[in-house]
Amino acid sequence: MSVVDSMPRSIRKNAVVLGLFAAITVAIVALIQQGTASRIEQAREQAQLQALSEILPAGSYDNNLLEHTLILDDPLLGNRAAEPAYLAFLAGEPAAIILQATAPDGYSGSIRLLIGITADGNLAGVRVLEHHETPGLGDKIETGKSDWIHSFTGKSLINTDSDRWEVRKNRGDFDQFAGATITPSAVVRAVHKALQFFDAHNEQLFASALSSPTPEELP
Amino acid sequence: MSVNYRELTINGLWKNNPGLVQLLGLCPLMGTSNSTVNALGLGIATLLVLACSNAAVSMIRNAVTPAIRLPVFVMIIAALTTCIELLMQAYTYQLYMILGVFIPLITTNCIILGRAEAFAAKNNVLSSAYDGFIMGLGFALVLLAIGIVRELLGTGMLFANMHLLLGPIATNWTWVVFENYQGFLLAILPPGAFLVMGLLIALKNHIDDRVLARKPVEVVTSAAADRRVRVTGVVE
Repeated sequence: MSVVDSMPRSIRKNAVVLGLFAAITVAIVALIQQGTASRIEQAREQAQLQALSEILPAGSYDNNLLEHTLILDDPLLGNRAAEPAYLAFLAGEPAAIILQATAPDGYSGSIRLLIGITADGNLAGVRVLEHHETPGLGDKIETGKSDWIHSFTGKSLINTDSDRWEVRKNRGDFDQFAGATITPSAVVRAVHKALQFFDAHNEQLFASALSSPTPEELP
Repeated sequence: MSVNYRELTINGLWKNNPGLVQLLGLCPLMGTSNSTVNALGLGIATLLVLACSNAAVSMIRNAVTPAIRLPVFVMIIAALTTCIELLMQAYTYQLYMILGVFIPLITTNCIILGRAEAFAAKNNVLSSAYDGFIMGLGFALVLLAIGIVRELLGTGMLFANMHLLLGPIATNWTWVVFENYQGFLLAILPPGAFLVMGLLIALKNHIDDRVLARKPVEVVTSAAADRRVRVTGVVE
């Protein structure tokens, strides 16, 4: 009898204590979140700007890249969802664009790339944002591991024919790595497609940003 | 109940080391020990969560009934981990990006709930915080040792990218130990973690054996409770 009597009370007490602790822990997390939110935003923006500024040489543009963005979604870019592109201007004139593209056919999954293209269609630089390639083999696409990714700089659809956008093993113009051809050829093909996208939409891209500084959806 | 701090220290760092003896938290130990900076980053994060959670659990140990003890502990640990995650995101953003999912996974690291249950729930705040700190240190040191060995064998370098954790002063800390090193891929891949870990455990047991062989034989009556938390080594 006493067990039955005391049970609801103990359950109620436990529930209240548990709820109390939930409230306290949530309050602490919320407090820290409030305190760090601006700093996190700042760090994220800085990391993004850092990555973007590595692609375009300093002095080749004079605007804040994060303020001139477009949201792009095109099969040639290979992204799973619409991704922002960043427009660079020098003295009000289009200077370059940085596209986000995805190589879907890496050795282990997608390779996400940042591709900088100058207004006249030359590659300004390519960087890997994210990849899952084999350490020591495929990860030479990172700047920290090898200089390979720099070999894109200066290439364009004009100075490199369409059938030369392959690794040497496949009769192309780009080096492969010892032990890894799938990774570099996936990157080469993705860059090639991004250039084709840029070629098709060049003027449209810059015009849309000049007319409105806010991000907007392109068809 | 008086607490022997010397014994706590020996237990955390050597005799009952969470990494080498209890074999707890192996997932992050294997996953993030491929370079010194990753190992140190996660080691420090785990240490902080462990010390704080032990202190917090000890503080509230008399306020919660056994029925809701575990959910409350887990809630405290999860909250602390989230706080550490937010702080790392704010101050060491690039390292946060590299360590990725392993930071939130600190919540599920069995060492932390293990120490909360085994120690903090029964001892006062100060000694619990110390136990958490020293156990965390033991874990961090093993992580760091594996990280150093794997980075050295795998890349021929040490302390690369330390600025991700320690800021600009550490920018030039990269120490190329072997010039023209071709790299030893196995050390960086996951199997390398198991191999280095196994060798470390073997080394520890070897040292223990040597120490034991030198000592005059002592008859120790075993504590049954000890058995449960020991996985490798000789159960005393």
